[in-house]
Parts: sequence; C-alpha cells; structure tokens
Amino acid sequence: MPVRLSMTVNGKPVSADVEPRTLLVDFIRDTLRLTGTHIGCDTAQCGACTIHMNGVAVKCCNMLAVQAQGSTLLTIEGLAKEDGTMHPMQAAFRDHHGLQCGYCTPGMVMTAIDLLKRHPHPSEEQIRAELDGNLCRCTGYHNIVKAVQAAAKA
Amino acid sequence: MHAFNYHKASSVADASAKLAASDDSRLLAGGQTLIAAMKMRLSAPADVIDLGGIAELRGIKIEGASITIGAMTTHAAVASSNEVAKAIPALALLAGSIGDPMVRNMGTIGGSVANNDPAADYPAALVGLGATVVTSKRKIPADQFFTGMYETALEPGEIITSVSFPVPKRAGYMKFKNPASRYAMVGVFVAESASGMRVAVTGAGPSVFRITEMEKALAKSFSADALKGIKVPAENLNTDIHATAEYRAHLVTVMAQRAVDQALVK
Ligand SMILES: Cc1cc2nc3c(=O)[nH]c(=O)nc-3n(C[C@H](O)[C@H](O)[C@H](O)COP(=O)(O)OP(=O)(O)OC[C@H]3O[C@@H](n4cnc5c(N)ncnc54)[C@H](O)[C@@H]3O)c2cc1C
Ligand code: FES
Ligand code: FES
Repeated sequence: MPVRLSMTVNGKPVSADVEPRTLLVDFIRDTLRLTGTHIGCDTAQCGACTIHMNGVAVKCCNMLAVQAQGSTLLTIEGLAKEDGTMHPMQAAFRDHHGLQCGYCTPGMVMTAIDLLKRHPHPSEEQIRAELDGNLCRCTGYHNIVKAVQAAAKA
Repeated sequence: MHAFNYHKASSVADASAKLAASDDSRLLAGGQTLIAAMKMRLSAPADVIDLGGIAELRGIKIEGASITIGAMTTHAAVASSNEVAKAIPALALLAGSIGDPMVRNMGTIGGSVANNDPAADYPAALVGLGATVVTSKRKIPADQFFTGMYETALEPGEIITSVSFPVPKRAGYMKFKNPASRYAMVGVFVAESASGMRVAVTGAGPSVFRITEMEKALAKSFSADALKGIKVPAENLNTDIHATAEYRAHLVTVMAQRAVDQALVK
C-alpha cells in the first residue's frame, strides 16, 4: 500500500505517493530529481548522501522516505542563494581546493555545516572527528579540513 | 528490500496492539541497523511498525539517584545532554563515540539495546552501571537482559520503553574502535556504585560480560595498577578480520586500565 508523503524540501512543500520500502535517498534523487545528493556506498558508511532533516545531518541512504514524513529537509541544492551566490561553506571548499572529483563533496559540505552549528570554533582535531562518517575516495582530507576552518572564520 | 506494510504507531499501547495484530512484524526505531538488514534481505518483515512518532518514548529524566532515558532517545541527544554529562559523564562520552554524527542523529538507545550487537557500546554501559531495562510488560535487570549474540530476554511483542541508570560514584568507558565502523573492537565500562564495583566488556565476546576478578581487585584499590596482571582467557573471545581472540584478550586489560584512569580524572 503506497503512503502519501508530505514534507518541505529546500523551502518548498512537496508531496507524493511512495511505496513504504522507498529509501529517502531514492525519493530525493528519482522522484524529486535532486541528484546533488550522491550514493557512494548505500551501506551507511561513506556519507555522500548526507542531508539535513529538521536541522540535523542524516545519511538518507539508511532511512525510509516515510521516516521523513512531515519533516523539513535541506539538500545541497538548497544552499546557494537564488542569484547563485554560494553558501560560505561551498565557497570555502572551492577556494581551498576541498574537492577533487567532487563525488563526496555534497555530503562533506552538509556534514561540515552541521558541525559548525554545534562547534562554531572547532579545532582541527574536532573537525577530523566530526567528519568520521564521510569518506573521500580521492583522499583530499587535508584541504577539506582547511576549507572547514576557513568557513568557520567566514 | 522486500515490500512491507508500513504502520506508524501513535503510542506504546498502539504499537503493542499493532504487534499483536501481525504474526510477522518488526519495530522500527532509528533504522540504522534494521534498514541495512532489510536491504540485504536478512530481515524481511511483512509489517513494519514505526516508533518514530511516539513522544512518550523520547527524553531524559533525572529521578532521584537515577537517570531514565526513553527508548527513542537518540545517541546525539544523550551525548549532548548536560544532565547526563553532569551525573554520568562516561555515559555521555560513550553515546558520543557511537558511529558518526549522522548515525548518532538517528540511532536510538532502545534500538541499540534490543539489537545487542556483540560490538555495540550501550550493552557495556547497561551492565557496567547495573541499569534496568523497562519494557511495555516488565522491568529487566541488565545482568539478565543480554542473553547471547544478538539475543536478549525480550519476548515477542515486548517493547523497550526506557532504560534506567543508577548514578554511580564514578565511572569510565574506553573503547578500541574499529577504524572503519567505530564499533568497539573491545570496549570496557568500569563503575563504582552503591551496589559495588562493576567491569563490563563489549566487543570481545559473543555478548557483553563482566570480569569478577577485576571487580574484586578494584574493590581493594581503585587504580589502573590494580588491574595490571589480570588477563582474561582468549578462549571464547571473537576472532575476525579486525583482530584475533588473543589480541582482544590483551586489549581488555589495556582498555580496563584506561577506563579506570578516565573514571579517576572525572
Ligand atoms: C555506520 C554505522 C556505524 C555504527 N557504529 C556504531 C558504534 O560504533 N557503536 C554502536 O554501539 N553502534 C553503532 N552503530 C549502530 C547504531 O548505534 C544503531 O543505531 C543501533 O544499533 C540500532 O538503533 P536504531 O535506533 O537505529 O534501531 P533500528 O535499526 O530501528 O532497530 C534495531 C532492532 O531493534 C528493534 N527495536 C528497536 N527499538 C525497539 C524497542 N523500543 N523495543 C524493542 N525492540 C526494538 C528493531 O525491531 C530491530 O530489530 C552503527 C551503525 C551504523 C550504520
Ligand atoms: S550512500 Fe549513504 S552513506 Fe554512503
Ligand atoms: S573529492 Fe573525490 S571522493 Fe572526495
């Protein structure tokens, strides 16, 4: 039996009928066509699928879409302003070469924004610990940490 | 993932009724373990009953000399709770060491305890602190709750509603993390409470266990040195790609000593 889902995504109300077994990441990518949220592993290890649900970071490959019923979601597409101005974290990733192939980047940026909310002035050690759940296959961690440090000062 | 019927429970009583109405159902808490098991079709229930909308299952309460944590309280909520950090700092540290921030935002104490993964952190805290698991039917002391690998004393249709932890005099938790998953390769919880000394080990064996010899030694002298010569036998400990049973046995003593040091720093 399909379930009627309603939620707010990047500030806009959305609703759709979904099969209960639909993963939230598939709902976001295939139904809403917001393909900036990536699938790197599908086993909750890599963090490429990180989005914010009700203001906190979650891995949406490890959730059912129905678990997000009535919630407020923010994906990478919701960060930049209407006129294209990047979010300070996106700008910091660009300025500090925090990305190589870019596959892990949406998840890294979403986790990094979440970490700054809880630790506005993080130490390098804290940044590395908080990025525990995000893997970069290009292993560009050093510049990712620099980008987060710069965004914290921005 | 196989198809299933989705039910959202509005209260514990409603969830109990929904469980009773199905002969093949699963409770869904944070889903951090269950969704993965369903994706791999290790679990394929006909009915999934979501506890996510039950407000009465969330929250942290201080009651006299104990802290009661609702089953649906996330690891992140326990890790960031000022009350927990003040009364049982080792418990807040333990919750903050589970997985990564995203897992902690979804995973719950009830789901972790019900699942009883041999490498999960919470079982060590429950047994180490002599906690009580409160269910929709009864109260189960932690010592009788964890019965084996992925096995608990829970009966079909029984729902964990909260876990109650007596506040100890001092406590410490140290784990040697699996570098990929952050699960405990070995984790040791040490506590000195009104009820005495407790040393509980997770990650090393099929399920959490206590080490009486270490408890006796700490009762004489609460110091890392008191545990120095105490070795646990490697027989019956886990061997996997991450570590041999012998290495885990060695880690138990090392982690126990570090946990004592942490309890002393406070
Ligand atoms: C990448 C990753 C890393 C992790 N690292 C760690 C770690 O370092 N340490 C650690 O301890 N854990 C770790 N976990 C597991 C995590 O803590 C899970 O959150 C936890 O094991 C299950 O909790 P849940 O709320 O997600 O439960 P679910 O997955 O929803 O449920 C798990 C099981 O418990 C049952 N259940 C749930 N709630 C109840 C209830 N109230 N009453 C009765 N039965 C119930 C369900 O039916 C199901 O069988 C990790 C998980 C992931 C994905
Ligand atoms: S795709 Fe979700 S954690 Fe890797
Ligand atoms: S930039 Fe390529 S995976 Fe991180």
